[in-house]
Amino acid sequence: MDTLLSNVDWYDIAVASLETLLMLGGSLIFTVLLGLPLGVLLFLTGPRQLFAQKGFYAVLSLVTNVLRSLPFIILLIVMIPVTVMITGTSLGVAGAIPPLVVGATPFFARLVETALREVDRGIIEATQAMGATTKQIIFNALLPEARPGILAAVTVTAITLVSYTAMAGVVGAGGLGDLAIRYGYQRFQTDVMVVTVVLLLVLVQLLQSVGDRLVVHYSRK
Amino acid sequence: MIEFFEVHKAYPVGTEQITALQPCNLQIPSGQIFGLIGHSGAGKSTLLRLINRLEEPSSGRIEVAGQDITALDAAGLRAFRRQVGMIFQHFNLLSSRTVAQNVAMPLQLAGELSRAAIKDKVQQLLLRVGLQDHADKYPAQLSGGQKQRVGIARALSTDPRILLCDEATSALDPQTTGQVLQLLSEINRELGLTLVLITHEMDVIRRICDQVAVMDAGVIVEQGPVPQVFLHPQHATTRRFVQEAEQLDENQLHQDFAQVQGRILRLTFQGETTYQPLLGRVVRETGVDFTLLAGRIDRIRDLPYGQLTVAFDGAELDLALQRLQAADVHVEVLR
Ligand SMILES: Nc1ncnc2c1ncn2[C@@H]1O[C@H](COP(=O)(O)OP(=O)(O)OP(=O)(O)O)[C@@H](O)[C@H]1O
Ligand SMILES: [Mg+2]
Repeated sequence: MDTLLSNVDWYDIAVASLETLLMLGGSLIFTVLLGLPLGVLLFLTGPRQLFAQKGFYAVLSLVTNVLRSLPFIILLIVMIPVTVMITGTSLGVAGAIPPLVVGATPFFARLVETALREVDRGIIEATQAMGATTKQIIFNALLPEARPGILAAVTVTAITLVSYTAMAGVVGAGGLGDLAIRYGYQRFQTDVMVVTVVLLLVLVQLLQSVGDRLVVHYSRK
Repeated sequence: MIEFFEVHKAYPVGTEQITALQPCNLQIPSGQIFGLIGHSGAGKSTLLRLINRLEEPSSGRIEVAGQDITALDAAGLRAFRRQVGMIFQHFNLLSSRTVAQNVAMPLQLAGELSRAAIKDKVQQLLLRVGLQDHADKYPAQLSGGQKQRVGIARALSTDPRILLCDEATSALDPQTTGQVLQLLSEINRELGLTLVLITHEMDVIRRICDQVAVMDAGVIVEQGPVPQVFLHPQHATTRRFVQEAEQLDENQLHQDFAQVQGRILRLTFQGETTYQPLLGRVVRETGVDFTLLAGRIDRIRDLPYGQLTVAFDGAELDLALQRLQAADVHVEVLR
């Protein structure tokens, strides 16, 4: 065992794992906080919806698509001045979270929009016919009915964020991905690479199965 | 009373306006079950959804109990909608809520009752629709008929004066349809609710409606009390619906009757005369012979009726017809 994993420093691995989890947790919270309202807004102003606003939707949609089409690695670098403004540093876990959030939010918002579109129009109509306000339609009908879809969207976004965190090493954020690149790839320490990849795999699997379970739990169809 | 004054509805499709409802005047009396029948795309749903302003009229005015509902502001409209229940072909229940939570929803949104009062009311409503044992199930665990009962209980929760039913039984099998129609009829009688009910089956109209309007391409082509419209349809569209319900093909019949002797008549009995031995007496007294060719004895809501196609033959034929007419039998000579 010792010879097999001779290059692996378990302390480094633990630190990197913690960094990955911090980046993931921090960015996921902000992504959901920002992306959920954005997704609702995209949905409501979309074609043939409650507040269909052709021009507004077109602009919002374009901005979302531009951010989504930007490779994350570019975003990381372009974002540096903004990150410094928000967090006071462009380094470390704190420096990685703003670009992660900006990268994932449009993606998550689109998934939320899709989940909301899956809600039967009839449900919105029935709620309108009860004399509901728009706020009540959103909070009492749309969001609860779309909950399984939104949970699935959170799961997919979390997993996407895991792969983004791997690139965040570029701004010195650390994390498992960074370890894999620095030791495994640049110094040919294959054992480090394997360990980090296995850990990332376990994390992704865990996220997926927790997400799936939640989706099933809240699906009543 | 629901009144339409020159109400017109067009939908914008691309750059054009597609007319779904031609300028329409209509009166729906309070406390009645008013049926709307027509083929797909005739404009039935459009007309119905104008009543609670799920659709805005392009022009014209709609009054409910003397109140111009087209003039209501947003808050007024929400309050008005609570007085109008609605049920749907595909039930439109919230899948994330239990049966009891679905029924409670309009009350929760209105925010006027306490939690305990809502719970009580939901229980009563579930009892009325016969679902007291299913309160904690989710819609996905119910049959179609049960789902529609939840829909009905939900629609009744805010004590509306009007219940709008858009093809409420079209997704149900015949037996369940019968039960749901029965329930709607009870609600109309016991609570005095006005029901406006869309269907594309004349049989639904026959079983529970008091009045009917027949729609074709955005126009009401015929309207009146159900016995009159059903037994003596005037417009071609109405005739087709009645024939579908009776499963009669008139052209076919005329061929079949080619070898029948005498005069072919359609006799319509309504109310009491349906169960009187009229035909036998007239035949005996006048000595004419008769052949039964087709017929049906049934009810229109509560009114018994019979409609028989017969061939009369004999010297005293005209006298026999006079006697039948004198006894309030409607006689129509087919050949
Ligand atoms: N939102 C809409 N936008 C454009 N056209 C519409 C819209 N809703 C209805 N129409 C059109 O208006 C006409 C009447 O539609 P409506 O839904 O009232 O018919 P219906 O009698 O209820 O038919 P069905 O029996 O199929 O439900 C149809 O030609 C339909 O295509
Ligand atoms: Mg319809």
